[in-house]
Amino acid sequence: MSLYLIAVALLMCSGVPGLFLRRRGGEVAAGLMSLGALMGLTAAVRVLAGGPVATLVLPPAPLASAGLLTLDPLAALFALPVFLLTACAAVYGIGYWDNHQEHARTLRLVLGLLAASLAFLVVATHALPFLLGWEGMTISAFLLVLTEDRLPEVRRAAWLYLVCTHTGTLALFGAFALLSAATGQWTFSALPLGFAASGRGTALFLLCLFGFGFKAGIMPLHLWLPSTHAAAPSHVSAVMSGVMIKMGILGLVRLLCWIPDPPFWWGAVLMGLGALSGVLGVAFALGQHDLKRLLAYHSIENIGIILLGLGLGVLGKSTGHPVIQVLGFAGALLHVLNHSLFKGLLFLAAGSFIHATGTRDLERMGGLGQRMPWTSGAFLLGSWAISGLPPLNGFVSEWFIYLGSFRALGLFRWPWSLLVLTALALIGALALACFAKAHGAVFLGAPRSEAAGGAHEAPRSMRVPMGILAAGCALIGLAPMLLAPALDRVVAALGEGTRVQPLAPLAHLPSLSLLALVLLGLAFLLWRWLRPLDPGRTLPTWDCGYAVSSPRMQYTASSFADGLVAGLRWALWPRSRGGKVAGCFPADHPFESHVPDLILDRITDPAFQSLSMGAVLLRFLQGGKVHIYLLYVLLTLLTLLLWMVA
Amino acid sequence: MSPDLLIALTILSNFVLVATSRVNKAIQIAVVQGILLGLIPLAMGLGRHPHILLMVAATIAVKGWLIPFLLRRALREVHIPREVDPYVGYTVSLMLCALGTGLSLILAHMLPLKGGTKEILLVPAALSTLFTGFLMLVSRRKALTQVVGYLILENGIYLFGLLLVEDMPLLVETGILLDLFVGVFVMGIVINHIRTAFDSTDTRHLAELRD
Repeated sequence: MSLYLIAVALLMCSGVPGLFLRRRGGEVAAGLMSLGALMGLTAAVRVLAGGPVATLVLPPAPLASAGLLTLDPLAALFALPVFLLTACAAVYGIGYWDNHQEHARTLRLVLGLLAASLAFLVVATHALPFLLGWEGMTISAFLLVLTEDRLPEVRRAAWLYLVCTHTGTLALFGAFALLSAATGQWTFSALPLGFAASGRGTALFLLCLFGFGFKAGIMPLHLWLPSTHAAAPSHVSAVMSGVMIKMGILGLVRLLCWIPDPPFWWGAVLMGLGALSGVLGVAFALGQHDLKRLLAYHSIENIGIILLGLGLGVLGKSTGHPVIQVLGFAGALLHVLNHSLFKGLLFLAAGSFIHATGTRDLERMGGLGQRMPWTSGAFLLGSWAISGLPPLNGFVSEWFIYLGSFRALGLFRWPWSLLVLTALALIGALALACFAKAHGAVFLGAPRSEAAGGAHEAPRSMRVPMGILAAGCALIGLAPMLLAPALDRVVAALGEGTRVQPLAPLAHLPSLSLLALVLLGLAFLLWRWLRPLDPGRTLPTWDCGYAVSSPRMQYTASSFADGLVAGLRWALWPRSRGGKVAGCFPADHPFESHVPDLILDRITDPAFQSLSMGAVLLRFLQGGKVHIYLLYVLLTLLTLLLWMVA
Repeated sequence: MSPDLLIALTILSNFVLVATSRVNKAIQIAVVQGILLGLIPLAMGLGRHPHILLMVAATIAVKGWLIPFLLRRALREVHIPREVDPYVGYTVSLMLCALGTGLSLILAHMLPLKGGTKEILLVPAALSTLFTGFLMLVSRRKALTQVVGYLILENGIYLFGLLLVEDMPLLVETGILLDLFVGVFVMGIVINHIRTAFDSTDTRHLAELRD
């Protein structure tokens, strides 16, 4: 535990020396973060490998209640991405956001604070430290999003994020109050049998779902997520998408740990929301032409996949089928780790493209595969993993969930497992289509803008973190049985009372990696066979022999996805303007299309706009006089006093 | 000296404060009230606890010396006219103050309080001081007199705190003083800013800031 706490302290202070250094502040911060991450990872891996669970009781003096920190297997599993990704982001930040860029020192300082709050939050098993870590995470992420605060859309995104996340936190206060009323203490502990089925249990579940769901970006509550991820610097987006939104999942998993007998409908709700987030998330991703917004919608999709797994696990637990429970929970938890690896990788790679071309617009990239081979390779690997293709890690976690729902199908003919299967299959296919679009638009063909034509490969300090994350993706994909014992321990904590079966033989993990190796060998042979005869020559993209081709004649990202977007018109409601040509020799004609967000742009924005129109009626209350405001305070106080007495 | 006498003097000082027409005198009365408040715990016979002695010393030092010192310095530096310049006249203020004190006596009687409280005057005095502070805040134009109002408001909260002084941890006591400190500093900054922006410390000018 002390090792872990030293790691947290190191992360927290990592940005401080950079405040006073004229140069090399980024290197010092990255060094401290990496050192802290190594220590934290050591502590976490020790627990995951079967080491003793460490606890620390905080002194009760200022808070009137003893706090508690516990490094149990669940915390250790969530601590892995926290340390890995934040350290990678800090190293990446050396080259990506150097001292010349605005607020570089503050950015490093707050990134360290975010990492420390995340690491603290993961081990908190008491309502107060949990909320402390939660708020620390929220506020530091808000400051990080605000890095480029001169841009109005950045300020807007940051405020939206703050409002959403604090609405969620409000629900969490309610949830913890209910929890302590049920157990009589603020420490997280198992709830009594039968509580979950009561009205209070229902309220607890719904409050947690709302509060944690806002942070995780579950579909109707995702409204802050796309603009925030697009507005933040890329390595911050990587941490936010890879780690921070997972804290919502951590909260839900902790809730499930306290409940010995979750009702059946909890699982059904989780699965329904998972299917909704997954399918709509990837569908909206297809319609985006901002690379980072696209990735952000994919985060929503992956949260959906995690929820599908969690829901399946709850179904298994509530009906007493340990096999389904193990496969569902293990799939969800492994996907948490996997998603942070490949989404971190994708955001870092996207950051390199943005760094090189100065734009986030897919329609202005193109041809980067030749100019940035390393980064392109990393992005390809990340796309491969996120689409759930073997032999990478995304496949393994989805494989668990697939297996679990097939078992459930054979056992019971629940419609729910059919829903999981359909949703997963649909998500996988659409994700593949979406990344085919992104990959094609960014790397292939000819550059669509001058900036893309003059792009340069990222410096080594940006390539190394990508390499580490890519290696993690490949390692989990090729040798999932390395993680199986650790997952067993985590799932055991979730399924107290039932005998839990070991995962490795259940999911045929050894044969899975054997198969992966064989496939990889075949792919290598194919590559050798298809290798160009003369590797020294570089040629332009094949233009079908057309004489005067120009980059504007290529498929754009939007036109590539147009078929699918049109097919999903009922959900996406894409907007387009112009483009109607008439006559034999039409003049220049503008055309634009975009896919606005379903909830934010169609529901909440109009609703709040009409609300603020109505609020004009209350304008007379704000006279600008301090005295009048103080009078309001006095009147409120008097009213409250009289109300209390009466 | 019995605590009731001190508490009665505190209530009396409220009335004097409301009726006073000079800024300087208002500060003086705030000093007197601060020292009275500082002495109350001693009169209540709590002098045997060393931490309460410490608190008494800190209260008298802060309320009786430090804050008035800061206020007087601000008064010297900003060169403002000496009148209090109220929105509400002195007679009406006095009547409102009396009304507030009467209301607090009724309220204190009806409030659900911890049993076994010896000083029955403490709660009404606390509420009455609180109302007086609010009255000052609402009805006086100058930022400086508003700081005095804020001080009086804090004095009311302090009186309420005395009710629980034996059970309350030192932390909360320090919190009260700290709170006050922050208040004075914030107001000091506000005063300076009003002055640099509008060349006067009349809070009416803040109304220009509304949208």
